[in-house]
Amino acid sequence: MLAYLIRRIVQSAIVMLVVALVAFALFRYVGDPINAMVSQETTLEDRAALRDLLGLNDPFLVQFGRFIGNAVQGEFGMSYRLQQPVMELILQRLPATLELALVSGLAAFVLGVSAGVYTALNPRGGISTGIMTVSLIGVSLPTFLIGVLLIWLFAVELQWLPSFGRGETVTLPGGWVTGFLTPTGRISLILPAITLGLYQMTLIMRLVRAEMLEVLRTDYVKFARARGLSNRAVHFGHALKNTLVPVITITGLQLGSIIAFAIITETVFQWPGVGALFINSVRAVDVPVMAAYLVLIALIFVIINLIVDLLYYAVDPRLRVERGGARH
Amino acid sequence: MKLSAPSLGRFASALSVSAIAIAAFGSAVSAETIRWARVGDALTMDPHSQNEGPTLTVLHHIYETLVRRDIDGSLQPRLATEWYIHPDDPTVWVFKLREGVTFHNGNEFNAEDVVFSFERVRAESSGFRALHTAVTGATAVDDHTVHVQMEGPSPLYVQNLTNFFIIDSDWSRENDVVNPQDFAAGEESYAVRNTNGTGHYQLVSRDPEVQTVMTYYDGHWDEAPQVTDIVYTPIAEAATRVAALLSGEVDMVQDVPVQDIARLEQTDGITIATGPENRNIFFSYDMTSPQLISANVDDNPFSHPEVREAMALALDRDAIRQVVMRGQSQPSAAPLPPFVNGWTEAMHSYDAPDYERASELVRSVYPDGFSVDMHCPNDRYLNDEAICQATVAMLGRAGIDINLVSQTRSLHFPLIENWETDFYLLGWGVPTFDSAYVFNFLVHSRGDGFGAYNGAHYANDDVDAMIESLSTMTDLEARNQVVADIWEQVMEDRVFLNVHNQLLAYAVRDGITVAVHPENQPHMASITIDN
Repeated sequence: MLAYLIRRIVQSAIVMLVVALVAFALFRYVGDPINAMVSQETTLEDRAALRDLLGLNDPFLVQFGRFIGNAVQGEFGMSYRLQQPVMELILQRLPATLELALVSGLAAFVLGVSAGVYTALNPRGGISTGIMTVSLIGVSLPTFLIGVLLIWLFAVELQWLPSFGRGETVTLPGGWVTGFLTPTGRISLILPAITLGLYQMTLIMRLVRAEMLEVLRTDYVKFARARGLSNRAVHFGHALKNTLVPVITITGLQLGSIIAFAIITETVFQWPGVGALFINSVRAVDVPVMAAYLVLIALIFVIINLIVDLLYYAVDPRLRVERGGARH
Repeated sequence: MKLSAPSLGRFASALSVSAIAIAAFGSAVSAETIRWARVGDALTMDPHSQNEGPTLTVLHHIYETLVRRDIDGSLQPRLATEWYIHPDDPTVWVFKLREGVTFHNGNEFNAEDVVFSFERVRAESSGFRALHTAVTGATAVDDHTVHVQMEGPSPLYVQNLTNFFIIDSDWSRENDVVNPQDFAAGEESYAVRNTNGTGHYQLVSRDPEVQTVMTYYDGHWDEAPQVTDIVYTPIAEAATRVAALLSGEVDMVQDVPVQDIARLEQTDGITIATGPENRNIFFSYDMTSPQLISANVDDNPFSHPEVREAMALALDRDAIRQVVMRGQSQPSAAPLPPFVNGWTEAMHSYDAPDYERASELVRSVYPDGFSVDMHCPNDRYLNDEAICQATVAMLGRAGIDINLVSQTRSLHFPLIENWETDFYLLGWGVPTFDSAYVFNFLVHSRGDGFGAYNGAHYANDDVDAMIESLSTMTDLEARNQVVADIWEQVMEDRVFLNVHNQLLAYAVRDGITVAVHPENQPHMASITIDN
């Protein structure tokens, strides 16, 4: 177990280094940061001087080496655009993204699993057909469009929910800014959470349904029924539990995507999270923020993967049996 | 009976609570809050760091300038009540300062603050340095008079001061913000998030890219405005910004998407205000290099006057106005907004498109026509990419085959700076409201701080000499004649293929009256609300 953990951590470090390298290579194609930093009156000489000062004329590998050297010490520099320390900026925005991701991920999981189980157990019911139709919309409409449609319906036409922002927030000790504790903060979460979670929910639902249908046909379910167990015990004790390994994998990976791809939802709803920060930074070629964000997202993916792997141990007893080195 | 200390304290605090309640009730009668949304947030609260539109607009509420640009483009007194060139020395500007002005923290405003601000705005790390290069120093003659020493006579220097904010010298020293934030510095400056100006409003709270709240400073020297509280919210997504206005969550939207203007005008409860922006959109081309980077012919097509004339004849400005801009532009022939010194009616007029003649002209030089790349930004100006696409089709009819390359602004502008484009779109504003600004950056040959955006490679020694003479001419009439002469030469040489002047649109809920500011810097203190 410990050897496994150490191996995984080493792998993770390599993954993050590669992500940083690729990200850095891409930044050269985003454009010239100087242009976004100075006004149109700035002379060419002053621009060149600033470029020198920031080390943008150094060879690619020197710049990359400097970035890694500082990043290892937790130092990501100053934002070119906002002139604030990058780490502080990201930490300020992270709670907004994490709260949104948590709510939409949780809602997607709970609703997705329940709807999946229901449609698997009643494949021909009217409600199942309805759920399947809605889920088709969920997977096929782009997030941006869903967000705009929801704003139009619930904010402009019905005026029930706010169209943008996070509402009032409360700063908890430790600097975590939460929207959970105020009424406006909670209702502001509804539309973005639906927009962000709809795709994941339909994905989970369809997966649970397919797995469930498969498992319900297996012999041990038949035997369980033959033993005279109640429907409840068969469905939830035996069938559902055996569908969960792929569902956990997908949910875990999707949680990473929810955080990483909250960019679109955050832009549509002016949600003050790291995704919106990233998009604004790309527009201004704010390299320090972009680099730190991408490394952070890689870190989140790596951690989630690690947790998912560990969860397999908990869910699937077969993995806990010691095996020979040949099988991986 | 003996009053114990704690109960006395409680009595006192009860009194003060009721006093606050009365004060709150008293001001509630006239209190108006405006919720104001636009596409981007101010980048910093430091008044001398970033010379950038949204930043300046917000800062104008908190800090004040010596002079102010009015809606009609004229200069009006603000912290300076009078300004003139020293009668005995044409290289000295004299500013008489307003008396009885205080900063938000109560410090008195005087000449020392102005001298200090002149130092700060000229610092290495200031974003406004380029506007003040002609200054050699400022001195306080008395508490309310400042002399600014220039390198030479600079009769129009005062035009550069409309975005020059005055900061409190004592406060700056106390908080160690004597210089603006340095990009290379490892830490954040105090002035990035804290302010101490003399403006109508003081900063209450600021959460960058979320919300900035300001409230009226009741020690302000001017008449009290109707708007007492401002909630400024950046909303980047155009659809959301409009939705927020329609749902009543904001009162004013500053950056209205062009495609929504017509619809909003017909929406009950919404009023649209439009006006010309200080920004012209034009094409320019490398007209002097022997060869182009991307052309399929051996020489430089743009060096032929026939080709330049053909392009002017092929550009259908009215069609672009109607189809691409949906009426939100003022087509014109010269890249100069109408309120800028040097503009004339004649420069505004342009010929109707004549594709047959254009095609003849091109084919008189290149019987088979020619092809060339055009570079275009796609996220900088109103419908920039669509303007380029329309132009590509029009030039195609004249026998010029254009390969359009449109990309983000951070990739586009370096092409012009580095002379890596043959043919490009550019927008240019004139913050000094004088033609010399256009000449310095776009017409003068490159070098010695001139011609940074002269992507035309235009170089005419006579014109260069005339442009250089402008900065020191004190006889304004003679100077205006030189400006007119330069324009005549530039228009004759067809250095620019101008498309139009952009229009600005603000959308507000009914009852709010706001005028469109030519620099796109609306001031909430000038807004009237009639409920």
